[in-house]
Amino acid sequence: MSDFWIILTGSLVASCCAILGVFLVLRKMAMIGDAISHSVMPGIVIAFLLSGSRDSVLMMFAALAFGLLTTFLIQMFQQSGIQSDASIGVVFTALFAVGVVLVSLFARQVHLDQDAILYGEIAYVHWNIWELGGVNMGPRAVWLLGFTLMVIVAVISLFYKQFKLCAFDPALAAAIGIPVAIFHYLLMGLVSMATVSSFESVGAILVVGLLIIPASTAYLLTERLGMMIGLSIGVGIASTVLGYLAAKMLDASIAGCIVCAAGVLFALALLFSPSQGIVAKKLRLRKLAA
Amino acid sequence: MSLTKALSKPAGSTAAPSPLSVNGLTVAYQKKPVLRGVTFEINEGELIGVIGPNGAGKSTLMKAALGLIPSIGGEVLVYGKPYKEQRKLIGYVPQRESVDWDFPTNALDVVMMGRYGHLGWFRRPGAKEKAIALECLSKVGMADFADRQISQLSGGQQQRVFLARALAQDAKLYFMDEPFAGVDAATEKAIITLLQELKRQGKTVVVVHHDLATVQDYFDSVLLLNVELQAYGPTEQVFTQERLQQTYGGRLAFLDRSFQVPAADSGKGV
Ligand SMILES: Nc1ncnc2c1ncn2[C@@H]1O[C@H](COP(=O)(O)OP(=O)(O)OP(=O)(O)O)[C@@H](O)[C@H]1O
Ligand SMILES: [Mg+2]
Repeated sequence: MSDFWIILTGSLVASCCAILGVFLVLRKMAMIGDAISHSVMPGIVIAFLLSGSRDSVLMMFAALAFGLLTTFLIQMFQQSGIQSDASIGVVFTALFAVGVVLVSLFARQVHLDQDAILYGEIAYVHWNIWELGGVNMGPRAVWLLGFTLMVIVAVISLFYKQFKLCAFDPALAAAIGIPVAIFHYLLMGLVSMATVSSFESVGAILVVGLLIIPASTAYLLTERLGMMIGLSIGVGIASTVLGYLAAKMLDASIAGCIVCAAGVLFALALLFSPSQGIVAKKLRLRKLAA
Repeated sequence: MSLTKALSKPAGSTAAPSPLSVNGLTVAYQKKPVLRGVTFEINEGELIGVIGPNGAGKSTLMKAALGLIPSIGGEVLVYGKPYKEQRKLIGYVPQRESVDWDFPTNALDVVMMGRYGHLGWFRRPGAKEKAIALECLSKVGMADFADRQISQLSGGQQQRVFLARALAQDAKLYFMDEPFAGVDAATEKAIITLLQELKRQGKTVVVVHHDLATVQDYFDSVLLLNVELQAYGPTEQVFTQERLQQTYGGRLAFLDRSFQVPAADSGKGV
């Protein structure tokens, strides 16, 4: 049974990240995803200190607040003339460091160890059960991630054309009256939500992997946006399953193996993609030369 | 509110409002103004060329008119109202380099984006939008490329797709930022034919243009710009050596040549 819950949890994390990752990759904002996944940390610690529990609702709001704060600060620094990669670096390292300091200061009250935040504890998801009126409802993480995934799917499908145009041509989007800034913050809010829901299972570092790698893999395999989202989810889930099997065989970190599997799938796509793969290109050239 | 405004037209001005009237527009990115006190009013149904050296603020003028960047002073009216209320009347062709052509989408899909403004918040593009997009693609001679991934189009073909997208917007006033940049003679011909067709339909088209040799052939009016408005009016009156010298400052050594040798590669944008 634990196998089932772990794979389900992993697949939910992968799906949340895969959908949002597509838009991050296309908007060339992969590193903003990285930034957010780190800088929500102080939010999580503060929520912890305030509520004294891992109460997800408060954590979700705290993470959302810090995610949007990160987005806002990065934007502000860029507008005041700082290079975009430098502004990202400044904002997220500083906020992340605040989180680290908070954890170390309040370690006793917080019951949150840095390893768990960074690497997750997906192996134990099935121990943390949500009970409703004494009834075992299954792992809490699954409910939290399921809810997050539903929100993401609902928002993205409702505003699909807006997100698409904002990613491809923000100038036209603004010209026809789409509030580009609001959709930017909406996307970043969703990334913050996905990050905090995924935290306990796969940790901050590996969330970034799942945000970026499956989406980049899908980018190599298709020329349609809708297809890219589908493939990204597929690659994310495949990485979860393969990674989990590998982790069991090797008795290694599950989250680590999941992202390694994603990396392997990316490498395969890079080599063997029918349209953009290195092998296909070589073959085509050889055919032309012959 | 809008009703009283519409009723209380100033006495004597019975003519329809100008498609674009710009009054004292000033724009700055950082401290130094990029546009300073620009004032002009264009006539309906004309092709208007916006001419000026690199960095003169031509793209900025269009973006400010479209509300894409904030102005620090002045006012822009589209058919007598702020652009915010008139978005459906405006079509826009940005500089081709402004988007990522590796985006996973095809030509037809890009043209359909021109319909998004008419769809409102929640409606998805459907069969009707697809039909319109296909029609617009064939108007620019790109119907055969509808399913082509956009990175696999040549620069001139990409430009045509952008034009088709603007046609799909079905606007009355068009802004086009360097539609002729980097296209071959055939595509240039196709584009100018299209502009003339738009004009025949009574539409107004404002075009940023760099090739001084073709200005007299293409445009009814020209707007000379270099941070400040240098001159605006009918081409034959405004497009003079003297005014151009003034607009381009000292950087006009090539100009005399370009007048004698039409279509030489005079001054494509950087
Ligand atoms: N996003 C920006 N931030 C800061 N300065 C900018 C920005 N965009 C343009 N500028 C500056 O504003 C001035 C006008 O730029 P603009 O792009 O409007 O010129 P242009 O007339 O379109 O030039 P070109 O012929 O090269 O296209 C330039 O000096 C440019 O450096
Ligand atoms: Mg320009």
